[in-house]
Amino acid sequence: MAGLEDLYREIILDHYRAPRNRGELPVPPARRAEGFNPLCGDEVVLYLDVDDSGVITDVKVSGQGCSISQASSSMMTAAIKGKTEAEARDLIRAFKALMSIHESTLEGGEADVDESALEGVRLGDLEALKGVVKFPVRIKCATLAWNTLAEGLDAPADS
Amino acid sequence: MLDVDRIRKDFPFTEREVNGTRVVFLDSAASSQKPTVVLDAMDSLYRTHYANVHRGVYSLSEESTTAYEGARRRIATFIGATSHRELIFVRNATEAINLVAHSWARANLQPGDAIVLTHMEHHANVVPWQILAAERDIEIRWVPLTPEFELDLTDLDTLLRDAKLFSFTAMSNVLGTINDVPALVAAGHAAGARVLVDACQSVPHLPTDVTAWGADFVAFSAHKMLGPTGIGGLWAPEALLDAMPPFMGGGDMISDVRVDGFVPNELPWKFEAGTPAFVEGVGWGAAVDYLDALGMANVRAHEQELTAYGIATLTDRLGDRIRIFGPTDPAKRGGAISFELESVHPHDVAQVLDEAAVCVRAGHHCAKPLMRLLGVSATARASSYIYNDEADFDALAAALVRAHDFFFGL
Repeated sequence: MAGLEDLYREIILDHYRAPRNRGELPVPPARRAEGFNPLCGDEVVLYLDVDDSGVITDVKVSGQGCSISQASSSMMTAAIKGKTEAEARDLIRAFKALMSIHESTLEGGEADVDESALEGVRLGDLEALKGVVKFPVRIKCATLAWNTLAEGLDAPADS
Repeated sequence: MLDVDRIRKDFPFTEREVNGTRVVFLDSAASSQKPTVVLDAMDSLYRTHYANVHRGVYSLSEESTTAYEGARRRIATFIGATSHRELIFVRNATEAINLVAHSWARANLQPGDAIVLTHMEHHANVVPWQILAAERDIEIRWVPLTPEFELDLTDLDTLLRDAKLFSFTAMSNVLGTINDVPALVAAGHAAGARVLVDACQSVPHLPTDVTAWGADFVAFSAHKMLGPTGIGGLWAPEALLDAMPPFMGGGDMISDVRVDGFVPNELPWKFEAGTPAFVEGVGWGAAVDYLDALGMANVRAHEQELTAYGIATLTDRLGDRIRIFGPTDPAKRGGAISFELESVHPHDVAQVLDEAAVCVRAGHHCAKPLMRLLGVSATARASSYIYNDEADFDALAAALVRAHDFFFGL
């Protein structure tokens, strides 16, 4: 049985209590994407400023939700700010690989982990969210911000 | 009053432990636990009397049919129906409401017509009407709430003017609020509207008399009242059901089929296409027998007393760290207690509570319009039933204190 301390690591609680990059950006030029977790009502609204060379120069996030979804989105903004879109996509793939084995198992599917997605990507503080996989229903809380980021990156620049 | 210790012996789940602790089950508003008599009734049908209903002339089929239709009669009596023909078996209360939206509403509502709902409805009593509204250009009006979490009836007559349907819950699954069904039915009828009562939360917890209510449609579900999942009921007067077109087509709902058309079956089977959930129907019959033996007035008295204890205990132990959404007077509410623990998201509350084997629901409770109105994305909800006692609320309060300490005591 996994203990609560596995889920609520200190760095996660820190991001929850003092979330980074909270707020909004003017749209346009920023891109905007929304994500919802219908299970618990978590909501993430993401704003991305991407310059002509594909660098994410600024990122803000608003919305509400549980400690895991809010900490995950805070940690995500810290991780992608200043990165290129390509680097951000690598992070999405790596983070989802970290979560995916348990997510797909929960939904009755085959575990399909892209191990290669984890190679050469530094997850840093995001590793703290690894404990979430022991609490399968909370994985969606952790991946919400990342799915929203993927949508934001795919969105046309004037959205 | 109820002898909870004796009742608990009838429920196998009370032997279950989580994390080495006895389970404190406070999520009966989502779905109730099942007594052995319900499980045995279904098991016995499967093992010794099983065959498809309404089909064969052989003994087994007759036994299944008798058990199933006997259950229908007892459930109809349980809710105060005057005839078993008024009780349509459906999958759940959601399907009951969708049946009305598809059959009655599509035959009777025109573009420009209005439907009146309230701000405390479950999605099951919102989305079917929104689908219809989008299709037919129908207006949806909303009865607002008072700061005391009751329906604000100040402008009800204006809202109901020329409305074709008034559809509301008898008891809120989030706030616990009990609505005055006969008065609301009378207001709807005075305005010329048909009236649908979503009684999914109230039938398990309050004595029910659909005939006295006088509504046009009543929707309810088995699984919240000790019965199995997969079966629910739609009650409506025979004349109204007779005038409605069938819902789904198929076997069992016809009396004749030719290449050029069909003749629908008589009530209630006209609305029951395909092999029904008859084993579940028999289980549901055992559930109402069990509730009848306890007496619904006793069920209500127990719950009212327990809810008073629960609210007092939570307020006492947590003070201003807890905010309860719902009427404070136990006489005006059912056993669903929704709350917000200061600065701790409901999902995190439920997670910490799970360590103490306390089961509460965290989320929007399929009532997102209400959540928006309350200014929250989600609440935690503790809801009791006949097998809960004071110790369960003591355990809840202790676990909530621990949850608050966990997030703010570090």
